[in-house]
Amino acid sequence: MAKKTLVEANINGEVVEFLCEPRQSLLECLRDVLELTGSKEGCLTGDCGACSVLVDGRAVCSCLMLGVEAQGKNIRTVEGLADGTTLHPLQQKFLEHASLQCGICTPGFLMSATALLERNSNPTEAEVRYALAGNLCRCTGYDKIVRAVLDAAGSIRSGVKTSRAA
Amino acid sequence: MEGTTSNGKFKVIGTRPIRHDGIDKVIGRAKYGADYAFPGMLHGKVLRSPHAHAKIKSINTAKALKLPGVKAVVTAADLPEAANRLEQAGEMAINPHYLSMNILARDKVLYDGHAVAAVAATSPHIAEEALKLIEVEYEVLPPVMTVDAGMKPGAPILLPDLRNREEGDKPTNVAQHYQFKRGDLEAGFKAADFVIEREFNTAMVHQGYIEPHNAVGIYNADGQATIYCSTQGAFDVRSLSAQVLGVPVGKIKVVPAEIGGGFGGKTTIYLEPLSVLLSKKTGHPVKLVMTRSEVLRASGPTSGSRIKVKMGATRDGKVVAAEVWMAYEAGAFPGSPVGAGAMCILAPYTIENLQIDAYDVVVNRPKTAAYRAPGASNAAMASETVIDEIAEKCAMDPLELRIKNGVREGSPQVVGPPFKRIGFIETCEAIKHSDHYNSKLTGAHRGRGVASGFWFNAGMQSSATVNIHTDGTASVVTGSPDIGGSRASMAMITAEVLGLAVTDVRPVVADTDSIGHTDVTGGSRVTFATGMAVYEAAQDAVRQLRERAAKVWEVKPEDVQLVDGAVSVKDTASFEKGEGKTPMTIKELATKLARTGGPITGRASVNARGVGPAFATTLVDVEVDPDTGKVQVLRCTIAQDVGKAIHPSYVEGQMQGGTAQGIGWGLNEEYFYDDKGVLRNTGLLDYRMPTCLDLPLIETAIVEVPNPGHPLGVRGVGEVSIVPPPAALANAIYRATGVRMTETPMSPPRVLKEMLKKRTGEESQSAAAD
Ligand code: FES
Ligand code: FES
Repeated sequence: MAKKTLVEANINGEVVEFLCEPRQSLLECLRDVLELTGSKEGCLTGDCGACSVLVDGRAVCSCLMLGVEAQGKNIRTVEGLADGTTLHPLQQKFLEHASLQCGICTPGFLMSATALLERNSNPTEAEVRYALAGNLCRCTGYDKIVRAVLDAAGSIRSGVKTSRAA
Repeated sequence: MEGTTSNGKFKVIGTRPIRHDGIDKVIGRAKYGADYAFPGMLHGKVLRSPHAHAKIKSINTAKALKLPGVKAVVTAADLPEAANRLEQAGEMAINPHYLSMNILARDKVLYDGHAVAAVAATSPHIAEEALKLIEVEYEVLPPVMTVDAGMKPGAPILLPDLRNREEGDKPTNVAQHYQFKRGDLEAGFKAADFVIEREFNTAMVHQGYIEPHNAVGIYNADGQATIYCSTQGAFDVRSLSAQVLGVPVGKIKVVPAEIGGGFGGKTTIYLEPLSVLLSKKTGHPVKLVMTRSEVLRASGPTSGSRIKVKMGATRDGKVVAAEVWMAYEAGAFPGSPVGAGAMCILAPYTIENLQIDAYDVVVNRPKTAAYRAPGASNAAMASETVIDEIAEKCAMDPLELRIKNGVREGSPQVVGPPFKRIGFIETCEAIKHSDHYNSKLTGAHRGRGVASGFWFNAGMQSSATVNIHTDGTASVVTGSPDIGGSRASMAMITAEVLGLAVTDVRPVVADTDSIGHTDVTGGSRVTFATGMAVYEAAQDAVRQLRERAAKVWEVKPEDVQLVDGAVSVKDTASFEKGEGKTPMTIKELATKLARTGGPITGRASVNARGVGPAFATTLVDVEVDPDTGKVQVLRCTIAQDVGKAIHPSYVEGQMQGGTAQGIGWGLNEEYFYDDKGVLRNTGLLDYRMPTCLDLPLIETAIVEVPNPGHPLGVRGVGEVSIVPPPAALANAIYRATGVRMTETPMSPPRVLKEMLKKRTGEESQSAAAD
């Protein structure tokens, strides 16, 4: 077995240390080592976006990054999106618009959309589509996802930083 | 709109509450199959054939077993012989003998990716390394990749024991020939003013769910096994695994995890028996998860096909005769959806004279599985483009032609009895009156196309229990895995019947030991059949609540009614005010249950009859790039008869999702095999499913023509939306370019080739005229 490396990273606001094999992807480390199974595996080739997380604020396919590369990085996963029991506006709008059906793509969409809205809180529909083009959803036809992201952008702009789930 | 149900009749049904499992899914807490982990768990991997067709001469696992960390290896020798007979499993029939051979190849491998052996090790990486140490000796045989090749006299035979009724004892690749006939075909064609005859080829496509197949198997020393997996049908996993493992169903419990899409592809088994077998050998829980390339190579896509359609019509647009020949790729084992395709291909139209011949052909491709309205999309691609051509010939609006020939209540079905109340014409009318249809499409290389589709929908068995809790809330327990939001609709039906708020009802999807038998989440049957069981279980609870109130008030149960979540005595004249007979809410009554007879559990099991078939009509605008042949979808609207929309948002979601899949099928998706029969596009980069850049917003028109066979009018909404899009796109491409596409996918090179052919044809014609 390959020797393990100690990695230190900030994950969802907590400094975390974990041991990983050099061949393990960040996705594997999150899911199997840190038990953060919110990030999903759909392809392991960077094509589906189900594993998207934020690394220093940018959306990244965690299946394409090695766990050891997380050293010293700031990582946010879907588990870190809500503030306690208060949902992020994107999470709330995904629920209100019925933007998830099976829900397997949802964590990835939420993270890619977070990255978009944090750099542009007033995107056009086309900008939303470009930002989400790396995330596949097979259930929804994307209609309600695009609408939810536009709506969440609206509530972020109008100052509703977070909203409580019903 | 005519046919719209009972607005105002319902309080909860027809509203759009937030789904009960929603928060878990947006915060990443929901547990899908691959998310389960147990102490001491091992990881399994499957060795797969690199050949499309080969004899297995030997398998040597010794080296693999010596690799540190490897705990067990299994091959077909570890599986018992399974019964050789057809059994219904969900929407498709399954033969346990062939099923077992698909789980692990016995003497032959029959497709690129066919499972040959499985390994359990302490990490997935070690299991993967071990696969390379298993030595398999093959004798490679010529592959049979198309229905034409499979049906040719003297074709290599895949399954030496396969026979069909017509060919007697001759080995064959044709597993079945179905035929449907009505009227007098010859006379029909004679009565026609013109006849159109076309041939179509459609490519094999995959359901493309984002979550790969997974299973965790735990075998206990007492012989009991538990399987955690993402499946559309926990009870089917149990019975199919039991058959493959040669144990009674009572020895297996299946816990359905959350499921990341299925669309028919997760109605059968691949990894589940292997996880149990490896667990039995090692004494540890064993988890297996497919990679994406395994999903594409070795799970069940749906059939590619070759279809010939000949239709005769009169000048005024009456279709008078139709002859269809269709052959579908079954994959390595019999059981393509060609029978269903045959029953769907002409279903929207009343055609007096018809004959349909349908062939199920085994080829060296993965065994096909159900995919959303199995068999209907490729069929509609053929028939609906010919219908479009007839409309053009008659200079009729294609919707008018459909309305003129379309089936209504009382029209004959292709097989059997006349249609009951259906909503086909209503879907055409809804499109006719849509904003989209009434807008102008302008610009070069643009075209608008329309097509319709039919799907039966399914009934089958479902069970439900409704428990009244001591605080007056309720839980509804079913065995239907929730793929698209069905927990919400089950809770809504319960809330409607009990008069509770939907937030006071908690929906639960139970394992196979905790609820009565329930067939697959598939066939658009959950809201229909499980919904029927839930409706009846809730009624059973209501009956018991009335009895309890009657006991408290010392009146007859018939005199008690439940209205808006409160029981009261019906006849207010005999109502002694102040004597404890004021109406009681369920919450108040619930506190008295222990004293009036104990807990209340409403129960129901149904073998649901009264299925309402579904129709959809899709309208699409495209722009075709004249230089590359790329088709961009500009606008899309679907009208679908759903009977009654329980949760309109999720109904729209089904309509939009099916449309998106149909667009992928029509424009990009295909299985691409090389001449050795090896799949060359085994990743999502090359198996190109639509992204949100490929699609516009998808407009929906929910048509509600209530199904008379269901207490709430439900028809089932999950499938028919995928049927019209390929044909609608082909018709739109024709309007944009003048080219009739007869092959799917209508990918840029194919469209460009046809456009160039047309251009050079036109040029040579004008050169000849000069
Ligand atoms: S799993 Fe990482 S992009 Fe698909
Ligand atoms: S909701 Fe199922 S893949 Fe997106």
